[in-house]
Amino acid sequence: MKLSVWTYEGPPHVGALRVATAMKGLHYVLHAPQGDTYADLLFTMIERRNHRPPVTYTTFQARDLGADTAMLFKTACQNAYDRFQPQAMIVGASCTAELIQDDPGGMAETMGLPCPVIALDLPSYQRKENFGADETLFQLVRALAKPMTRSAHVTCNLIGPTALGFRHRDDITELTGLLSDMGIGVNVCAPYGATPHDLTQLGAAHFNVLMYPETGEAACRWMERELAQPYTKVVPIGVGATRDFADEIAAIIGRPVALDESRLRLPWYSSSVDSTYLTGKRVFIFGDGTHVATAARIARDEMGFEVAGIGCYNREQARMIRALAKDYGVEALISDDYLDVEERIEQLAPEMILGTQMERHIGKRLGIPCAVISAPVHVQDFPARYSPQMGIEGANVIFDTWVHPLVMGLEEHLLTMFRDDFEFHDAAGPSHHGGYAMSVPADIPQPIHAQVGELDTAPVDAATAQVIWLADAERELKKIPFFVRGKARRNTETFAAQKGLNEIGLETLYEAKAHYAR
Amino acid sequence: MTLPLAPLAGGCRDVPVLKQRGQHEVFCGLTGIIWLHRKIQDAFFLVVGSRTCAHLLQSAAGVMIFAQPRFGTAILEETDLAGLADAQAELEREVDRLLSRRGDIRQLFLVGSCPSEVIKLDLARAAERLSAKHAPKVRVLNYSGSGIETTFTEGEDACLAAMVPALPQTDRRQLLLVGALPDVVEDQALDLLMNLGIEDIAVLPARHADSGLALGSNTVFALTQPFLGGTHAALERRGARHIPAPFPFGEEGTTAWLQAVAREFGVDQARFDAVTTAPRARAKKAVAQAAARLTGKSIFFFPDSQLEIPLARFLTRECGMTAIEVGAPYIHRAIVGLDLDLLGHGPTISEGQDVDLQLDRCRAAQPDLTVCGLGLANPLEAEGLPTKWAIELVFTPVHFYEQAGDLAGLFSRPLHRRAALRLEAAE
Repeated sequence: MKLSVWTYEGPPHVGALRVATAMKGLHYVLHAPQGDTYADLLFTMIERRNHRPPVTYTTFQARDLGADTAMLFKTACQNAYDRFQPQAMIVGASCTAELIQDDPGGMAETMGLPCPVIALDLPSYQRKENFGADETLFQLVRALAKPMTRSAHVTCNLIGPTALGFRHRDDITELTGLLSDMGIGVNVCAPYGATPHDLTQLGAAHFNVLMYPETGEAACRWMERELAQPYTKVVPIGVGATRDFADEIAAIIGRPVALDESRLRLPWYSSSVDSTYLTGKRVFIFGDGTHVATAARIARDEMGFEVAGIGCYNREQARMIRALAKDYGVEALISDDYLDVEERIEQLAPEMILGTQMERHIGKRLGIPCAVISAPVHVQDFPARYSPQMGIEGANVIFDTWVHPLVMGLEEHLLTMFRDDFEFHDAAGPSHHGGYAMSVPADIPQPIHAQVGELDTAPVDAATAQVIWLADAERELKKIPFFVRGKARRNTETFAAQKGLNEIGLETLYEAKAHYAR
Repeated sequence: MTLPLAPLAGGCRDVPVLKQRGQHEVFCGLTGIIWLHRKIQDAFFLVVGSRTCAHLLQSAAGVMIFAQPRFGTAILEETDLAGLADAQAELEREVDRLLSRRGDIRQLFLVGSCPSEVIKLDLARAAERLSAKHAPKVRVLNYSGSGIETTFTEGEDACLAAMVPALPQTDRRQLLLVGALPDVVEDQALDLLMNLGIEDIAVLPARHADSGLALGSNTVFALTQPFLGGTHAALERRGARHIPAPFPFGEEGTTAWLQAVAREFGVDQARFDAVTTAPRARAKKAVAQAAARLTGKSIFFFPDSQLEIPLARFLTRECGMTAIEVGAPYIHRAIVGLDLDLLGHGPTISEGQDVDLQLDRCRAAQPDLTVCGLGLANPLEAEGLPTKWAIELVFTPVHFYEQAGDLAGLFSRPLHRRAALRLEAAE
């Protein structure tokens, strides 16, 4: 058993749901107890889909156990087919049904339904959501795709975008345009928007674009082997990666391709003098492996940040992230426990976090600016506006997204500097939700230092908790920009503890500053 | 003391109920934890379940998860499924770690889930053992919030019912209010009852473990929520007596509820009127303002929380709506019987669900407003059917006089918005 309050990934059948919901003409019959339908609202609310996910839950209850759960499953299958007339069905078990061992695949096979029925074996107690999506797409492709004559024009398939994917909708649009500029058509995009019939046509493409390794790699590997289709290894997020992606395609199809950079603004924005203050900003990057790897390259090579740490929550990408961390001279964090991530962030005290919905909250708590780069995300990261991560426009979007909280952070800092000014006062809230409220509600437990009106919410470790801050040092500490204040406080306390001091005055503060100067 | 509301001629108590089996589009009882942990301030809810359970809780808890929540999931792993003997040891280890980290916890609920029930993990015994180990500081209790046994709000019922047997004995003549209400609503209810001259009042669930809550054969209890069938039975087993009443939604419902309690305690009419006249007038006025948009409109309830029957009674009698179908996950006649009496003849009363067939009925009826869960709301809106999402009715203060206008407002707002938006060109 493992105590968990928050998880980065759902169970594997949610991954299967993401594939089924992304597609059309496919129906998923899920052997599951009452209540597992909660997953529907991830799609109808977070992604704001205007239709129910194409899934039927058998909804067995306690009184059915040991009696007719198998019958229940067959009835649900038949009813789903009769009502929705899908081109193909997938069947599987949720974590509870896995325990009652009804074998949905075997049962569905005996029913002789007039469409392909694909059984999913998703081990709920070992694997998670991304594996579920990857495995489901792989099983669908394996069952439906077959070798066939290549299209007359050069075409490719887009593989990996799903429902509930971070910016998948707009990444597809961006890549389709980018490929079209190169004279390459899209044969099938799957699973997003594809029908089972479309999957039978996958073989007509000349190669595959693997958009998201987390959810498309197994299918691409299979197609490489069985359909002789090479697939792209570079994920085109960022300027350099997009250029490499174009080169990779040129090599695959054996002719030069042109990348239209006329709308690319990131390089100039990043070179302009306004961006000078971004130089050397320490960022911590966490999320799924693919988005972390691409973000690290953008951060270092295209924004001029210093990558202070990277990590991912999906163990499928652990090896790649570890290798990358070596490259960047940092230690990789492979964990799906947000408390580990929080601890690492506190320890590194970065000036910015690039992460998921959870890191956004950690950033909020610690007063560190944060931008979201990866799922899991919340409803605000399924925006109405066009906002891809991939390709040319993706690079522009990323520049804006990452700089925005920093500009806001500076604004916040200026307001804090002038806090004693007659027009600014403690009760005025923050200018931006990326910071933190200056007047903390009374019901939130306060760290020790809150007694002196300190904004820094960094925890105090027991070894240094005995050190007393004198009023002058406390005042001086408040003049330090809030996004490095936590680090300054801890450094000073550690320094004082090493020197055997139990009070910190102005002198000690500046000695510590000199001691830790980078 | 005037009699409370008389049953409507041809009320719905004896109407045949439509029962169908099939896919249920509902939450399981684990969801109750989301509001229970806010109400019981020194409790921690530890679900023993799978990653699905953890995922459900975080999906339902939204952003609450980030405020040092007092709930979590002990996620079962393969090794736990292999042999039961060490599942108890594993649980003990996780609980010890949890209690050593969180010194503020006085009550720990081990909450059963579908996976833990299916593998027959004996959480009751685990709770007993852990209680003995961590006494007197922490009491460990157990209930099941599994989907195979409970629907949405039944999780609260299971939790309260688990607390009842452990409560101390008292022969005091007291009134027990049963059901977790938002603090502001609970305070209003207590004020009203005290002004009526009822002195000795306790609330289940109490906000803290050491609240001194006790009960016995001189305890009478009034339910503030309709989904408390199991708690009702557990209280009767302890000798407490139930005061039947319609549920305190709207002016009429609140007055009838108060009257039932006042009669039990022999409050005279003059005093009752003195206490209730002003808030009744306020509530009537507030409801009338919000209900202007609801009069003459039809409403269709998908099953969700068991609040459907009392709410349909409020909307039809006080807001002038017509109910087409009132679906509830479960109908407990001893508890919602009086509300069924007051609900005018006409609507289909359904219990349980086959969601696809119910959607067919809903589309055929084309109601002006459909009350349903979040999995159905946007899809129905896209089909042109205005919806009110049901879950809000469980989280928002809606009971008693001062909230009557807000309650009507929850239903009128979607219709107001429909009328306000001019989006035809965009479609």
